[in-house]
Amino acid sequence: MTEHIHAAPAPVGGRLLTPVTFTCGVLILAALAILAVRFVLGLGAVTHLNDGYPWGIWVVADVVIGSAFACGGFSIAMLVYIFNKGEYHPLVRPALLASLFGYTLAGVGVIFDLGRWWNFWHILSPAYASPNSVMFEVALCISLYIVVMWIEFSPTFMEKWGMRDARRKLNKVMFFFIALGTVLPMMHQSSLGSLLIVFGTQIHPLWQTMLLPLIFLLSAITIGYAVVLFESCLAAAGYRRSIEMHLLTPLAKVMLGVLAVFMLVRFGDLLWRGALGHAFAANLQAFMFWLETACFLSPFVLLRSERQRRNPARLFVGGALLMLGGVLLRINAFLVGYDTGSGWSYFPSVPELLVTIGMFAIEVLGYIVITRRFPVLPREDAPPTATPAALRAATR
Amino acid sequence: MNGRREFLRRTLAGGAAVAGTAACPSAHARGNAEIPPEAIGLLFDSTLCIGCKACVAACKAANDLPLDYNSPVDALWDMPLDTTARTYNVIKAWQSGTGTQRNQQTDGYAFMKSSCLHCIDPSCVSACPVSAMTKDPATGIVQYDADACIGCRYCVAACPFGIPKYDYDSPTGRIGKCELCRHLLPEGKYAACAEVCPTGATLFGKVSALKAEAHRRLALQEGAPTTWPRGNLDTADQPAWEGPAPRYVQHVYGEKEVGGTQMLKLAAVPFEQLGHKPLPERSFSSQSETLQHTLYGGLVLPLAVLGVMSWVARRNVKHDDETDSQDAHAGEKRHD
Repeated sequence: MTEHIHAAPAPVGGRLLTPVTFTCGVLILAALAILAVRFVLGLGAVTHLNDGYPWGIWVVADVVIGSAFACGGFSIAMLVYIFNKGEYHPLVRPALLASLFGYTLAGVGVIFDLGRWWNFWHILSPAYASPNSVMFEVALCISLYIVVMWIEFSPTFMEKWGMRDARRKLNKVMFFFIALGTVLPMMHQSSLGSLLIVFGTQIHPLWQTMLLPLIFLLSAITIGYAVVLFESCLAAAGYRRSIEMHLLTPLAKVMLGVLAVFMLVRFGDLLWRGALGHAFAANLQAFMFWLETACFLSPFVLLRSERQRRNPARLFVGGALLMLGGVLLRINAFLVGYDTGSGWSYFPSVPELLVTIGMFAIEVLGYIVITRRFPVLPREDAPPTATPAALRAATR
Repeated sequence: MNGRREFLRRTLAGGAAVAGTAACPSAHARGNAEIPPEAIGLLFDSTLCIGCKACVAACKAANDLPLDYNSPVDALWDMPLDTTARTYNVIKAWQSGTGTQRNQQTDGYAFMKSSCLHCIDPSCVSACPVSAMTKDPATGIVQYDADACIGCRYCVAACPFGIPKYDYDSPTGRIGKCELCRHLLPEGKYAACAEVCPTGATLFGKVSALKAEAHRRLALQEGAPTTWPRGNLDTADQPAWEGPAPRYVQHVYGEKEVGGTQMLKLAAVPFEQLGHKPLPERSFSSQSETLQHTLYGGLVLPLAVLGVMSWVARRNVKHDDETDSQDAHAGEKRHD
């Protein structure tokens, strides 16, 4: 590994109660209240779920999209430890933290959606094992990955609490957990796409393909980089820190590279199956397909040259649009492109949306609390090289 | 630059490997599942159904199901328009034009039964992550175990016929679907819908016998007199009746669809008009399972990838640790 001396991670410090954390707290309380109703009266009391659309946003947003957004840790770990790009090391911890929250919440979020949640443990019990089921594999992999990520992240707590021996021992075997931490997401991020294959012709041809696992995996990896761009810009703005442009500019290039592979696979598959014609029909599915495609293509325009990739505003918007493309791919494949027969419709209810918003609020709140109190973000001793004001001036 | 090129190269190679295994699933390919030799099922003949709904009521009674009001405001009639978690069987009416001619396409009407088709290779069983939905190896009945079920509703979403339904109005909601009255079989009884049917439109029996009966009917000349068995085809427990043959659509629905079903259907009106979409002959579960087992069969591929990743990570993490712990110590010193 090429030598890279980076500033060690350190707590950001500062007050925990801010307008942002307070808002998150309120949103979380609202979500908890709705969940209380859901557990007493049933799913129908708070959601618009029905037998034509048995899966709503609690599955698609909280779990499928939530876990894709949580691929930052996986994508950066691949870059640093597998492709030996040590220069990106300062991004590992913050990305891993966001992933940890994303996945842990996705795991907990599943329980809110399960109609018979008290049987949840069956999915991990050999007595009920169902190896033919794609969901069985997804559940096992995600559960295991959450444990692996907590292990990967534990040095942060060990440093805080001065457990130097434990940290040294863990370091000896960390490579194995890092390796597991790349294989498990590959398995379940692809399988989150494979979930739809058994739906057969109920999924619109623009999204139903045997290449779903590859399409979902590649999009998750590229979303992982987009999330890091998005988060780094947001953390820099929120904490008035300098933006790590020397890392984010080349990272954006990596992101575009993976995105290009994704687009080749996506459109190659559509052409090969002869399904691209459906994109020119005058219906909602075709419209949503082009919206999704536009989001995936926009980073190529926004971040086309080195000069543009040095612009934090463009990195932020490019990352956000790529994330939106990933959101649309998943919503389209699971909901817009899903047709189980005439007469059924679904649009999430307000309480349903509030729970999903509350879930993302937990992530934001947790990220703020941990980065302020635990060593996650790189220490920033020197005066910021690029303050938000300077950045604004630079982007003009 | 080299690094980036290498990164792209490796990404492409990895992608190609996954794509290769996904696209050419020869290693673990499985075709459609085979039907158990003694499988039992139903034959529904739309041309014989008079829409009396005796089967709907009998199903409710046999399965001890609660009332299922059409509307909570006007809680008078237990007549849902489709199957629900509390109604496993409904008869749907179809009509066109004036709707006066029985079993005719123009200005006609016809009835269609909606209940579980008991697929030979069911999507719901393939989908279920906790073996709550299973296929009985002897009877072939697709059965549900609420005690195992986690309520994920993957079966509801996966079924190409929209059959398993979940009870969203209950905090302990369960899946509801026809299980071919499997609880009555040990008592020597059979599916309540077939037992009660006055015309033999719903006929119970071994699938092999039902299939032969379906093809016998399709071969009949329109108007030719023939006998119509009722109840249980295997035991002939109810007297048959005589009547003229209708003009059938030459298609046994359920013989080939998604690998075949144990419920077979005949009609005088094209099935698509009766709400039965055309479906491919290859079962969706065989496609899904072929893909899954190609990627994960014996965990060979994941373990191989894990091995490579561990080897690479070990090489790259070593130095990283050193600089990392130096950094950490430096950080701690500065803390003190």
